[in-house]
Amino acid sequence: MPKIQEIARGVLAGDRRSIARAITTIEDNTAEAQELIASIFPRTGNAHVIGLTGPPGSGKSTLIDKIIREYRQRGKTVGVIAVDPTSPFTGGAFLGDRIRMQELSTDQGVFIRSMATRSYLGGIAKATKNAAKVLDAAGKDIVIVETVGAGQSEVEIIKVAQTTVVIFAPGLGDEIQAIKAGIMEIADIFVVNKADRANANKAVMDIQAMLQLNNKEKMWKPPVLKTTALTGEGVPQLIEKIGEHRLFLEKRLERKRSGEKAEAELVEAIKEKVASSIIEELKREGKLEEFLQKILEKKMDPASIAEKLLNKKFGKQV
Amino acid sequence: MQNRKKIRVLIAKPGLDSHDRGAKIIARALRDAGMEVIYTGLKQTPEQIVETALQEDVDVIGLSILSGAHKTLFPIIIDLLKQKGLTDVLVVAGGIIPEEDIPGMKKLGIKEIFGPGTRTDKIVQFVFENVPKRT
Ligand code: B12
Ligand SMILES: Nc1nc2c(ncn2[C@@H]2O[C@H](COP(=O)(O)OP(=O)(O)O)[C@@H](O)[C@H]2O)c(=O)[nH]1
Ligand SMILES: [Mg+2]
Repeated sequence: MPKIQEIARGVLAGDRRSIARAITTIEDNTAEAQELIASIFPRTGNAHVIGLTGPPGSGKSTLIDKIIREYRQRGKTVGVIAVDPTSPFTGGAFLGDRIRMQELSTDQGVFIRSMATRSYLGGIAKATKNAAKVLDAAGKDIVIVETVGAGQSEVEIIKVAQTTVVIFAPGLGDEIQAIKAGIMEIADIFVVNKADRANANKAVMDIQAMLQLNNKEKMWKPPVLKTTALTGEGVPQLIEKIGEHRLFLEKRLERKRSGEKAEAELVEAIKEKVASSIIEELKREGKLEEFLQKILEKKMDPASIAEKLLNKKFGKQV
Repeated sequence: MQNRKKIRVLIAKPGLDSHDRGAKIIARALRDAGMEVIYTGLKQTPEQIVETALQEDVDVIGLSILSGAHKTLFPIIIDLLKQKGLTDVLVVAGGIIPEEDIPGMKKLGIKEIFGPGTRTDKIVQFVFENVPKRT
C-alpha cells in the first residue's frame, strides 16, 4: 500500500483508487488514519452532506439512485456511503445497497462505497463521518449517506449530515408510530416514497398532523414530500427542498457569524469608552500618577486596580 | 501497517444469465465466515465489476457465471483490473465452466474455479488461505 501522504495527495486530486484506500484506512482505524484525516481536513467543508434514513424496504437505495441522477443532470458530482448492519454473531456483513445504483458505478462523477456498521450503534458506522470527509475533500459536491434503516435510536446521522431526509413508505406496518418515537425530531425533510401505492396520501396527512403538534416555533418547518423512486417522480422537488434547506443553514450561519461579529465590535466599543472615561476621570482628579506608581512599586497589580476603579464607578456588582 | 480488520469480497455476476442461486449461496457463506460481502446483482458488465471492486477496495473478487460466456468476459475483466492497477486482488470464479476451459482461465490469473456441488466451507477456506496480505 502506498504511503499515507501519497493516499492523502491522491484524495485531494480526486483519484478514485486513493479515495477507496483512504476510506479503508479510516474503517480499519490503522495507525495512519489520524494523520490522513489531518492532512485532508483543510480541504473539507465544500460538500453538502445529505443523510437518508428510514425503515428497511422504504426505498432509500432506490431513491438515492434517482437523487444521484438528478444531481448529475445538474452538473454536480456525488459521493455515496451506504451503510448496512454487521452481524453481531459472525462479524460478517452483506452489503447490498449498491445493487440499486449499479448503473451509475462507471460514472466518473460518482463514487459509491458500501460500509458495514462493524457493530457501531446508531444507524451508521464509526467511520462514516470521516469517510464523508474523504469524499468531500476529494471534491464531491454532494455526499449522500444511507443509514442502516431507522429504528428509534438511529439518530447518529445528524452528526454527519447537514440535511437529514427521513423516508418511509405506505404498507410497511405502523411505521408512523416508529417515526414518532425518535426520528421525528431529526428530520429536515420528510419523504413518503412509493407514492404509486394507494395509501401514500394518508401517510402524508398523518405526518403533517404530527408536525403541527411538534414544530410550532421551529424556524425551519420540515416539508413532507411524495416520491416514486422507481420512476423518479417527485425527485426534482426533493432536490429543490434540499437546496432550500442548505440555503436556510447558510443564512443561519451567516446570521450567527454577523451576530458574533457585532458582539465583538460592541465589546471593543465598550472597552474603549469605559477605559477612556475612567482614565480621564483619574487625570482630572490627579490620581492617575498615584495608581501608576503603585503598579511600578509592585504594591498593587493592574487587575486589582481596575476592579477597584470599576467598583467605584459602577457599584459593587461589577 | 497492521493487517486488515475485515476481508472485503465482491461477488459479481458478469454476463446476461440470471442464475443467481450459486452467487447468493457463496455470498452468504463468506458473510457467515465473518467477511464483508458486496453483491452487485445480475447482468454486470466487466467495466461495472472492475469499477465496483476499485471503489469498494475489495481484497477478493468472486465471479459467478453459468451462461458459458466466461471465455469472452473473464479476459476483459482481468485486463481492466490490470489497467486500473488492481493487481493485488484475489480473483476466483464458479458456476458452469467446462473442464477444458479451466487451464486457460487459470493462466489468465483466476486463482481457482469451483464447479457445481463444491462445498462452501472449501471455498471459505480457500479465500482465507489465499487472500493477499496488505503490507
Ligand atoms: C436452477 C437452474 C435454472 C433456474 C435459475 C434460477 C436462479 N434464480 O438461479 C432457471 C429455471 C431460471 C434457469 C433458466 C435457464 N437456464 Co438454467 N439451470 C439451472 C440448474 C438446473 C441449476 C443451477 C443452480 O441453481 N444450481 C445450484 C447452485 C448452488 O449451484 P451453482 O450455481 O453451480 O453454484 C455452485 C458452484 O458452481 C460454485 N459457484 C457458483 N458461483 C460461484 C461464484 C464464486 C465466486 C465461487 C467461489 C463459487 C461459485 O459454488 C456453488 C456451490 O457449490 C442448471 C444445471 C446445473 N446442474 O447446474 C441449469 C443451467 C445452468 N441452465 C442452463 C440454461 C441453458 C438455462 C436457460 C437458458 C434455459 C432456457 N433455454 O431458457 C435459462 C436461462 C435463464 C437466464 N435468463 O439466465 C444451462 C446452461 C448451459 C451452459 N452454460 O452452457 C444449465 C447448465 C443446464 C444444462 N445442463 O443445460 N435455470
Ligand atoms: N412500488 C414501489 N416500489 C419501490 C419504490 N421504491 C423502491 N421500491 C421497491 O422497494 C424495495 C426496497 O427498496 P430499497 O431501495 O432496497 O429500500 P431500502 O431498504 O430502504 O434501501 C425494492 O424492491 C424496490 O424496488 C417505489 O417508489 N414504488
Ligand atoms: Mg438500502
